[in-house]
Amino acid sequence: MTTSNPKRHFLRGTRDALPFLLVIIPFAALFGVVATEAGLNVAEVMGFSILVIAGAAQFTAVQLMTENAPTVIVILTALAVNLRMAMYSASLTPYLGSAPIWQRGLVAYLMVDQAYALSQIKFEMERELTVSERFAYYLGTVAPLAPFWYGASYLGAVAGAQVPPEFALDFALPITFLAMIAPALRTFAHVASATTSVVLALLMAWMPYGSGLLVAAIGAMIVGAQIELYLERRAS
Amino acid sequence: MDEINHTTVWLIILAMAVGSFLIRFSFLGVIGDRQMPEWVLRHLRYTPVAVLPGLVAPLVLWPSATGGNLDPARLGAALVTLAVGYFSKNVLAAILSGAATLYGLLFLLS
Repeated sequence: MTTSNPKRHFLRGTRDALPFLLVIIPFAALFGVVATEAGLNVAEVMGFSILVIAGAAQFTAVQLMTENAPTVIVILTALAVNLRMAMYSASLTPYLGSAPIWQRGLVAYLMVDQAYALSQIKFEMERELTVSERFAYYLGTVAPLAPFWYGASYLGAVAGAQVPPEFALDFALPITFLAMIAPALRTFAHVASATTSVVLALLMAWMPYGSGLLVAAIGAMIVGAQIELYLERRAS
Repeated sequence: MDEINHTTVWLIILAMAVGSFLIRFSFLGVIGDRQMPEWVLRHLRYTPVAVLPGLVAPLVLWPSATGGNLDPARLGAALVTLAVGYFSKNVLAAILSGAATLYGLLFLLS
């Protein structure tokens, strides 16, 4: 039996997350710039980035505020963008559910797409990890991401320079998510699930407040699970 | 925005902070270490590949930067990122080759 070594897993997490800094930094800076242009002061920009810490939802909220949407609509729409995190929470529960409540609280506060995807894939591949090693790995992944998210938001807010459209920063997010998901397409069931997600999300794009994504995700999970089950039964 | 109301901004920030935390904490907090049925776990294992591709697909095919029109540079960058990530299993290589493709095509096609 090897001894538990959380520190090693923390560092592994940090190393695995480092490439995402290439995207987190410009994305956070862009939020600072856009929010400042919308009329928010530096404290408010930092309030968003530190208290809410959810890129897509933050952009959604600021966008709706500039369109003078009613406050309730701003809040509900931005939260709907974050609803996918409930699925993340559910899928981390088998791995981290027995951790102390403060650790689960910290995992929840720091739940961002990149940390979640790295960790979930790691936990699935390495079933022998202990709960404390998993928690250490998860913390390791957010250790570089969160400080740079705060810092770059701040720089964007105070520097406030317009980012030229040639930089195509709008596409930083799609590239990261694709880079995260491609290595996870390990089996036919994973590929079928991802394909279902794409098709359903495009078909359901008309649904309000991003709810089409949730329909697409549930459909994709069913497809993945059913194919896995079918292939297992046929193999046995 | 006509005239920004800073009280409203903070109301939005605090509501989103509390709401986002509750969404993220939901299952981790309530279910904790209680065992979930095998069929639920089987579905949850597909969460990353079920959520992220659907999140990205409209951004790739209908980018708002080009007014929602299909853009060859962005589509090409997305395909290269996916291919490099799939074959190399290397996130950094995928991001860098995707960015290089994006800027290369934007330059060539402009």
